Amino acid sequence: MELKKTLTINNELGLHARAAAKIVELVGRYDSSLFLKKDDQEVDGSSILSILTLACPKGTDIQARAVGEDSQDLIEAVNLLFERRFGEKR
Amino acid sequence: VKFRNADKSRKLKGIPVSPGIIIGKARLVDRSKVKLYYQYLIRDEQVSKEADRFREALNITREQIISLKSRMQDQIQSHAFILDAQLMILNDSMLSEATVNTIIHEKINAEWALQKSVQTIRQLFDEIDDDYIRERAQDVEDVAERIMRNLAGEDQASLSEISERVIIVAHELSPMDTSEMNIGKVMGFITDVGGRTSHTAIMAKALKIPAVVGLEAVTRQVKDGELLVVDGNTGEVVINPDDEAIILFQERQIRHERYESAIARTSHLPAETVDGRRISIKANIEFLEEVVTAKDYGAEGIGLYRTEFLYLRSKGVPNEEELFEDYREVAEIIAPDPITIRTLDLGGDKFSSDLELNQGMNPALGLRAIRFCLREPQIFKSQLRAIFRASAYGRIRLMFPMISGLQEVLDTKMILDQVKDELDKENLPYDPDVQIGVMIEVPSAVAVSDLLARHVDFFSLGTNDLIQYSLAIDRINEHVAFMYQPFHPAIIRMLRQAVQAAREAGIEIALCGEMAGDPLCVFILLGLGIEELSMNAGSIPIIKQLIRCISMEDAKRHLQNILELSTAQSVREYLIEKMKALSPDLEAAGLYE
Repeated sequence: MELKKTLTINNELGLHARAAAKIVELVGRYDSSLFLKKDDQEVDGSSILSILTLACPKGTDIQARAVGEDSQDLIEAVNLLFERRFGEKR
Repeated sequence: VKFRNADKSRKLKGIPVSPGIIIGKARLVDRSKVKLYYQYLIRDEQVSKEADRFREALNITREQIISLKSRMQDQIQSHAFILDAQLMILNDSMLSEATVNTIIHEKINAEWALQKSVQTIRQLFDEIDDDYIRERAQDVEDVAERIMRNLAGEDQASLSEISERVIIVAHELSPMDTSEMNIGKVMGFITDVGGRTSHTAIMAKALKIPAVVGLEAVTRQVKDGELLVVDGNTGEVVINPDDEAIILFQERQIRHERYESAIARTSHLPAETVDGRRISIKANIEFLEEVVTAKDYGAEGIGLYRTEFLYLRSKGVPNEEELFEDYREVAEIIAPDPITIRTLDLGGDKFSSDLELNQGMNPALGLRAIRFCLREPQIFKSQLRAIFRASAYGRIRLMFPMISGLQEVLDTKMILDQVKDELDKENLPYDPDVQIGVMIEVPSAVAVSDLLARHVDFFSLGTNDLIQYSLAIDRINEHVAFMYQPFHPAIIRMLRQAVQAAREAGIEIALCGEMAGDPLCVFILLGLGIEELSMNAGSIPIIKQLIRCISMEDAKRHLQNILELSTAQSVREYLIEKMKALSPDLEAAGLYE
C-alpha cells in the first residue's frame, strides 16, 4: 500500500541533523519505507545523509510517501513528528 | 621518592587556559590520523571476501561507538547526540551500501571504495547552501576514519582504559577524544596546538581541571609515564622535574588551593570598598559554556562577550539564526544580570575564502573590527539583527570594538537604525533601549573621548590594545614584548582622560582589559573611579577580596602619588610595596612575581 501526504517544516532550525535523526529513528520502527520529496528530489527516509541533502529551511513543503503494510501508521506518525516540530520548542 | 636526575628536567611555556597546579604522570595520546591507504584492484573471486572485510569493519566500528556511548561520563552527556548521529551515519545506505556496491561493481579494495563514498557525500554536501549542514560532512569523515582504522586492523589507542590519575598529553583533543575519556582519572591536559578557543580549553574549564595549550612539540618531548608539573595559572610545564622543582610547585599548589578556597567562600558577595563604594564585577567570556563558571566565580554579569568564536568555527559567515540562538541563550542564562556583547573583532583575512582581502604586514593596524564591519555591511547587519533579536530575552548591551573617531560611531548608528527599521517591519521583538557603547582602545579615541561620550551610553576601556597601540609595540615581536607596560605613565594618563570625559558626559565607564584582573592594578582603577571591572572569571574572587580591603580615599591618594611617578618601573615598585602591606596572603599565593 502506498500513501502520500504533504508536510510542512515548522521548526525554526529547519530539517537539521537532530530533526533528520528523529525521522530516521521513527522509520526504523516500521516495516514500511518512507520517501521524502522536495521539488524534484526524492530521498530515502531511512538515510540521515540523504535527508540532510534536501536542505530544508523552515516553511519548506515536503511530499512524504510511505510504501508497505503499515504505511498508514507510518505516515501518521511522521505527520505528528512534523506537527510537533520534531520536539523542538520553536 | 627520587625522580631522575636534574639535567633531564626540561621547562616549557605555553598558553594557560584553565587554572590550577598539578603534578602527575604523563599519558601520551598519539592519534595521528590514518592518512595513507592502499588502492588496489581485486580479482572476481575476492570480491565477496572484500565486501565481508568491509562489513566486519563496520560491525567493529558500530560496537566501538555503542560501547563509547554507554561509558559516557555524566559531565559530557551533550556529546551523546554526536555519537547517535555517528551511528546513523555508519548505518546509512549512502555510506555502507554504497561502499559494498562499489567494491562489487568496480572491483576495488574496501579502503578505496569507502574513500569514494565519502567523496560522493562530501560533494553532495558541498553544494548545499547551508553552513550548518555542510559542516555535517565532517561527521561523515570522522566515521569513515574510524572504519578506516578498523580496516587497517590498527589498534585504537583507547582513552577509556586510563586506570590511574594522569595528565593527558596530546597534539590536540577532539570532542570524540574527550567523550571517550574516563574523565574522573584525568588531572589535566597539555597540548601541542590550540588557543583559548580550542576544544581542550573549553573542556578543561568546564571540568575545572588545569590545562596548558600551544606547547608546540610537547608530544615529541614527553614520554608516556614521565613525571610532569603543569601550572595552569602561568602556562609553565616541567618535564621530569627535579626535587627542588617539585617542592616549589607543591608549595605553589598548596598556597593556591588554600587561597582559592578561602576567597571562594566570599566570592558571591558584592565588591564594596571599606568606605562603601560598590564596584560592579563582571566576567569576560568567549563561549556560551563559560557563563556558568562565570556565575560560580561570582560574576555580576558579562562585561565582555567576544563574538569571534562562531565566525572562526564556521567556514564562511555564520547565519543570523545561528548567531541569534547563541546570543539568546547567553542572555537568558545570565539574566537578570546584563551582558555586553562586543561586535565582531576580526580581520577580513578570516573570511579569505569568501572575500578577497589581503592580510597586510601588520594585521593589528589593518582592515578589521569595526572597519571591516562597516566595509561589509551585510555581515555586520546580520550580527546586529541577531543581537537585537536576542535583546528581547535578556539585558543586552551592545559594544563596538576599535573605534578610532566619531565618524565610525555615526556610521554605525545609521546601520543600527536600519536594522531596527527592518525588525519593526518584520514584527520581530527587541529591546528598544539597548545601551550602545564603544571600546576605548585606539589612542585617537582617547584624544576625542569627550566627543564620543556625547553619542554613546558607555565606554569600555580595552587596555590590552590601548597599551599596544599607544606604546607602538607588536606584542608578538619578542624583541619589544618587554615594553608592554600597563604601568607606563602614558597609559595611566590616557585612562584618566577617558574616565573624565565619561564622567563629564554622565555616561558609564567600564574596563575590560587584562588590567581589570591584575591585583596590582586595583589601586589605580579604583582611584580613577572606574565603576565596572570585567575580567577572566578566575580572577573575580581575588579582585573582589582586594576591593573589600581598600578605601576609595586610599585609592585616590595612591593614584595621586602614582601620577607623580615618571617611569613604569617606579609605578610598579610603588604598587608592589603597597600591595604587600595590604595583603600578605596575595604575595604568598604567588599571584604576582
